[in-house]
Amino acid sequence: MSGFIVSEIIIPVIKSVAVALFPLVMTVVMIWMERRVVALIQSRLGPNRVGFEGVLQPIADAIKLFFKEDIMHRGADRSLFNLSPVLTLFTSLLAFCFVPLGDSINVFGYTINLWVAESPVGLLLTLGISSISVFGVIFGGWSSNSKYPLLGGLRSVVQVLSYEIPIVLTVLSVVFFSHSISLVDIVASQKAEGMWYAFYLPVSFIVFWISAIAETNRAPFDLPEAESELVAGFHTEYSGMKFAYYYIAEYTHMVLASSLVVILFFGGWLPPFPNVEALSFLGYVPGFIWYLVKIMFFLYVFIWIRATFPRYRFDELIRLAWKWLVPLSLANVMAIALVRSLG
Amino acid sequence: MSFKDIELNMGPQHPSTHGVLHLELAVDNEIVTRVKPFLGYLHRGIEKICEQRTYQQITPLTDRLDYLAAISNNLAYLLTVEKLAGIEVPRRGQYIRVILTELQRIASHLAWVGFFANDIGAMSVLLYGFAEREDILEIFEEYIGARLTVHALRIGGVPHDLDEKIMDMIRASLGTIPGRLADIEGLLSENRIWKHRTQGIGVISGTDAIEFGLTGPVLRATGIRWDIRKDIPYSSYGDFEFDVPLGKNGDVYDRFQVRIEEIRQSARIIRQALDRLPEGEIRAKVPRVMKIAPGEVFHSIEAPKGELGFYIKSNGTDRPERVKIKAPSFINMHSLELMCTGSLFADVVGILGSLDIVLGEIDK
Repeated sequence: MSGFIVSEIIIPVIKSVAVALFPLVMTVVMIWMERRVVALIQSRLGPNRVGFEGVLQPIADAIKLFFKEDIMHRGADRSLFNLSPVLTLFTSLLAFCFVPLGDSINVFGYTINLWVAESPVGLLLTLGISSISVFGVIFGGWSSNSKYPLLGGLRSVVQVLSYEIPIVLTVLSVVFFSHSISLVDIVASQKAEGMWYAFYLPVSFIVFWISAIAETNRAPFDLPEAESELVAGFHTEYSGMKFAYYYIAEYTHMVLASSLVVILFFGGWLPPFPNVEALSFLGYVPGFIWYLVKIMFFLYVFIWIRATFPRYRFDELIRLAWKWLVPLSLANVMAIALVRSLG
Repeated sequence: MSFKDIELNMGPQHPSTHGVLHLELAVDNEIVTRVKPFLGYLHRGIEKICEQRTYQQITPLTDRLDYLAAISNNLAYLLTVEKLAGIEVPRRGQYIRVILTELQRIASHLAWVGFFANDIGAMSVLLYGFAEREDILEIFEEYIGARLTVHALRIGGVPHDLDEKIMDMIRASLGTIPGRLADIEGLLSENRIWKHRTQGIGVISGTDAIEFGLTGPVLRATGIRWDIRKDIPYSSYGDFEFDVPLGKNGDVYDRFQVRIEEIRQSARIIRQALDRLPEGEIRAKVPRVMKIAPGEVFHSIEAPKGELGFYIKSNGTDRPERVKIKAPSFINMHSLELMCTGSLFADVVGILGSLDIVLGEIDK
């Protein structure tokens, strides 16, 4: 009986809390890392006062935001204005349900899978749920009843609509190899192949990565919140914790995008070259650590790109999606389908 | 709801209006149909205050016009007063003035590159530009004690001679300029996104530029060769060899290239001036109470932003009767409507940035 309670109630509850906390912890790490790395690239110091090398700076920021006045201006649509940040954060956290953070581990005789839910259509669900969060952005921009947020919201509609297509098309090319759209199976099939899919599908990886940056509204595609044009874009009117929700959601999306890239193209929790005998000692490092190292690398690339590139203009962004990425990913999918059906 | 003709108020509180400029934009699906600047948020009545100050006391007021290029303002004012009073500045003083103003031009252009790139979204360039600018501001600090509103020149010459330490600092700073410019250009010049955002944007033809009275790098980017340092030399600029960089298309990209090249040419001028610094006095004898016989005069110089001119009318007392400032930012800004109409909203920021306006000078 007690075994049942542990395996069916306690472990799932702990896992759910842990998976909900994981993106939040990563947000804290990322805020610090982003500011320090950008400072490093720009040859300045960055926050280094609060705690060791400024690691407590995000905590201090969070406390500040928590105690800020929560302003809602008179023209705003009350219910939608309150709902949007919650919607954005909630859906982006929810998408983590299906993301495997590592291999199964054994603790006190119980086998624990490092994912909350395993679904045969996990990939579709993850993409679908994370896309819902764009409604939070649109509603946030709309319900603010103010011009800059409205323009930011409008931009994000078009941007997300455009970049969903190459994302789904590139994901399709991965599915041709894995024969499954469960995220766990996709990683497992990379183990069976003995190779990360990024080496089989370099074009898919690049298209997916570019689209993922665009989906997360990060530089150089950060048009919905283009600071120098739209002040702060869709969250101009938000303050206090509601602003913090958007802020956390943005980082959560970055972690999610990195996780998807790692799972689809870089073998998730697998060590490099899992089937090579000489490198088998790498397998002693826990899978979660490999996963963490890999997503940290991609999160670093996010920051690196932001510090280096100018911002795209809106029409060029759309042109990039429809004239380059969509045809490229279509041709890619067809070529891979042809190769797979012949081979 | 229709998205035609949204009226947007850009500023006076907006991250990229470079101060307190207020633009009223009409946007039709992100395409700009009307631009109307509103001025005066920084109006301090400097021209009127000048009428109540003695000629010496006006110099620090001019620092507050274009606060990114205070020494250029000083020089423009002082040359006008000296022309009115018939004061001859000693050659060494003239050379030191040239060194200081060209350093100021470099500092101003570097600040511009940084802010402009930041407007387009390249955030790191700001810091690269400011690193070099910081060295120059430290030179000013060593020379006069202030960094921004320096008040570094005096009627009749300069207050201090350049000592060895400052000359070494200047030489060291000139040595780091090529590397830092290479960093900036490496990030921007051949970057596809940067070219997309700047080439063919905010185009103005040479004829239009002259009609609008544009001066400075904005005019030279259209291919018209007009540089007062070359064409009407003042303060012994005739002694130095330098090129006047020109653009071709009159777009935002050319303005960027022209300014980057001007930094190199300014460095060239400073190097020549340091090498050939003449011996002698640095300041002419000027009476403490300076009364100037009735008369009026206009004199202009090539400031970093364009042609900066002062008109001064004297009435025999120690205060001017009227001071009128011809501010390049004010005139250049008027071409904004021509350049922005029909372009995308996102480009307004880039075009505005490329004009290099300073509100202290526009509102006076």
